[in-house]
Amino acid sequence: MMNSKLALAAGLAASAVLTGCASKPQILYQWEGYQPQVYQHFKGESPEQPIAVLEKDLPVISAKGGKAPPGYHAHLGYLYSLTGRNGQMVAQFEDEKKLFPESAAYMDFLLKNVKKGAPQ
Amino acid sequence: MMLKKFAKLALCLAPAALMAGCATQKAAPFDYSAFKAAKPASIVVLPPVNNSPEVVAPYSVLAQVSYPLAEAGYYVLPVALVDETFKQNGLTTAADIHAVSTGKLRQIFGADAALYVTIKDYGSSYTVVRSDIIVTASARLVDLKTGAELWNGTASASSAEQNNNSGGGLVGALVAAAVKQIIASTTDASHPIAGVASQRLLAAGRYNGMLYGPRSDHYATQ
Repeated sequence: MMNSKLALAAGLAASAVLTGCASKPQILYQWEGYQPQVYQHFKGESPEQPIAVLEKDLPVISAKGGKAPPGYHAHLGYLYSLTGRNGQMVAQFEDEKKLFPESAAYMDFLLKNVKKGAPQ
Repeated sequence: MMLKKFAKLALCLAPAALMAGCATQKAAPFDYSAFKAAKPASIVVLPPVNNSPEVVAPYSVLAQVSYPLAEAGYYVLPVALVDETFKQNGLTTAADIHAVSTGKLRQIFGADAALYVTIKDYGSSYTVVRSDIIVTASARLVDLKTGAELWNGTASASSAEQNNNSGGGLVGALVAAAVKQIIASTTDASHPIAGVASQRLLAAGRYNGMLYGPRSDHYATQ
């Protein structure tokens, strides 16, 4: 009894919150596994599993007509570099630049270092 | 029983408080003039300074700051790659990284602004009777062209919010319901609390919070 009333009150209040101050914000990006995979990486997980997840999620993002969030392609490229796949790394960094021109300076900085370090 | 009565009362009062909250606020309004003039579009988040005893805290928070900032309309540099760049340049502690000049940061990362995060609490709290998980973090947004501070804020989240909503009000209760679900499916109970704290700290559209960035439809409407 009490609980159902509480639930109703909470429900009504929730809709008041969503419509009250501002309209419900729209999501700009399809995040999928990006943040959890960044956390896995930080916790020391080997790159193969995060690479598999991020690769699997890319077509999911496209299928939803969405956009990968800032950093998604750059992070995937970074994981590729950890497994020696520098060609794929470069491609992901270029994708990051294409989607987010704001990343150009940093991506170019990284690419320049790659070219200096390893023969392409 | 008392708790339930109180919760019910709080639920009834909360919408009114929130509605009123739109128009009139208690805390002094933040001065956004420098923020609005600087118009930052991209943000590099530096590895957080950790003042909690939990070693995992900075990575837990750093892994969850991209969402609120990017959804607010900013380009957020890839946090793990940025962390690695610092390491490769011999900067392994957050304190050292926070001491790097803004000019140098701008030169390497090409970002308009840097976010300096400090974690105060992460994990079990000793200050309450129950064993609650609490995460508190503060942040400063700094213009990398001028070195001027554009914004600062502090936010907290607690596992106690799922037990009663006296602290976080109605929003806290709603967040807590979501957190409870997440906790049921993970062993790392502090991580989702850190996610809520990050969201509260950095989501745009909150009172005295971050402004919307250029990639948001709400940009320059505040």
